[in-house]
Amino acid sequence: MTVTVSVENLSVVYDDFRALDAASVQVEAGESFGLVGESGSGKSTLLRAIAGLAPVSEGAIRVQGRELHGARRDKAFYRAVQMVFQDPYGSLHPRQTVDRQLVEPLAIHGIGDGERRILKALDEVGLGSGFRFRYPHQLSGGQRQRVAIARALILEPSILLLDEPTSALDASVQAEVLNLLEQVRRDRKLTFLMVSHDLGVVTHMCERLAVMQGGRVVERLTSADLVAGRIAEDYTRNLMVASKGFRRKSA
Amino acid sequence: MSALLTVEDLRVRFPTRTGVVEAVRGVSFTLGRERLGIVGESGSGKSQTGRAIMGLTPPHADASAKQLAFDGIDLISAPPKLRRDLRGKRIAMILQDPKYSLNPVMSIGRQIVETLRRHERVSRAEARERALDMLAAVQIRDPARVFDLYPHEVSGGMGQRAMIAMMLVAGPELLIADEPTSALDVTVQLEVLSILDKLVAERGMGLIFVSHDLRLVSSFCDRVLVMYAGRIVEEIAASELANARHPYTQGLLNCMPVIGADRHPLPVLDRKPEWAL
Repeated sequence: MTVTVSVENLSVVYDDFRALDAASVQVEAGESFGLVGESGSGKSTLLRAIAGLAPVSEGAIRVQGRELHGARRDKAFYRAVQMVFQDPYGSLHPRQTVDRQLVEPLAIHGIGDGERRILKALDEVGLGSGFRFRYPHQLSGGQRQRVAIARALILEPSILLLDEPTSALDASVQAEVLNLLEQVRRDRKLTFLMVSHDLGVVTHMCERLAVMQGGRVVERLTSADLVAGRIAEDYTRNLMVASKGFRRKSA
Repeated sequence: MSALLTVEDLRVRFPTRTGVVEAVRGVSFTLGRERLGIVGESGSGKSQTGRAIMGLTPPHADASAKQLAFDGIDLISAPPKLRRDLRGKRIAMILQDPKYSLNPVMSIGRQIVETLRRHERVSRAEARERALDMLAAVQIRDPARVFDLYPHEVSGGMGQRAMIAMMLVAGPELLIADEPTSALDVTVQLEVLSILDKLVAERGMGLIFVSHDLRLVSSFCDRVLVMYAGRIVEEIAASELANARHPYTQGLLNCMPVIGADRHPLPVLDRKPEWAL
């Protein structure tokens, strides 16, 4: 397998706060890779740094063999790499219809054949053409997240960066969106780099994962190892316990 | 056992441009000094049920019930003054996100003292003392320091503990917790829940725990009400959850990805129109 996203000793510093401290991650083409940790562990920052949304102070990012410098990304990068954000309420323009949100990336990249692509993208995320001229406030949270996924897919990228794509959704809707993501990955042979605080979601979606704490990668393991309890770090074990849910101590 | 709270045929209606939307449609239950969970998806009416009991239904909406009684007091006909006195003193509510539900321009300590002095005649010094004790009770390590901090200066977990302290300082008999840990990290969630659990048990409060997470609720409560489209579709003892009969309850249970269970694709809810009848 070839490495498609490679992050080496990456540091992101905001004033005197090190959000990311020499983190390294290698993602192979076609795999689904998870990043877990609590808030402030730097997992989202890593994703944002790849997309050019965080100031990188040290280290190297390589995507599909090309080294990326600074925060500028060219059009070719965005055609290959798209991102889905956590909050579908915040990531869609409130005054634009679904149609316009989907036209925008096509217009930026000078891609014709919009009509067919929009219908196909909507169909692919299970929304149907009836949703095309609605505004975000006329959609539920799950439907909005589907629009955000459609917007990411319409450029036919090969890598998707997913930043907590389901944590703002109800458990029942989460299952639908996770199924959708798995299906598009299978159909299009996509590479996923997925951030989540929910170990259940990450082990369900990803083959390999990295556990982050305080801006560092503290452990890399496969989902199978995690399930079998082959865990080296106490921090990962704590996350495992936390994900099992509440237990009364005396009981 | 006399009921702490009796709810019979509770309805909450919202007038909208397209007609009246009934968010809660005839909910009935009684609560003793126990832990009751209310579970459902967004829009199932679970939060509005909690808010109606608290008397926090928005002014443009209409809440009605055949009976809504707290410890023998009829809440429907109660004058606003009586409801204000009950709210915070005998019935308290913990909200979801400390970032939005604490007063941003008032220090945490002053907010706790304010709650206490609204309901009890105590001196400033005594109120401060009790607020510090309460902060210590929610396991804040350095209460004197946190007392003077503002909400933006503390983490989410700390803010939520401060809110619990604020709600419990006047010694309520009924606590309504609306998604108290949904905005928190998984690791912090458990800490906050165990604090809440301990305080509820020690003080013998009645608790209504509102959440969309059926597994969490069932691990925390004695009894669970499952709501769909404004109605209770199933009531079940938390220990009997595995034998849930309603397909909606089973669906909610099964749709969560579980570590170690290899299910691709995940089972999804197949919503039947007759559930909403």
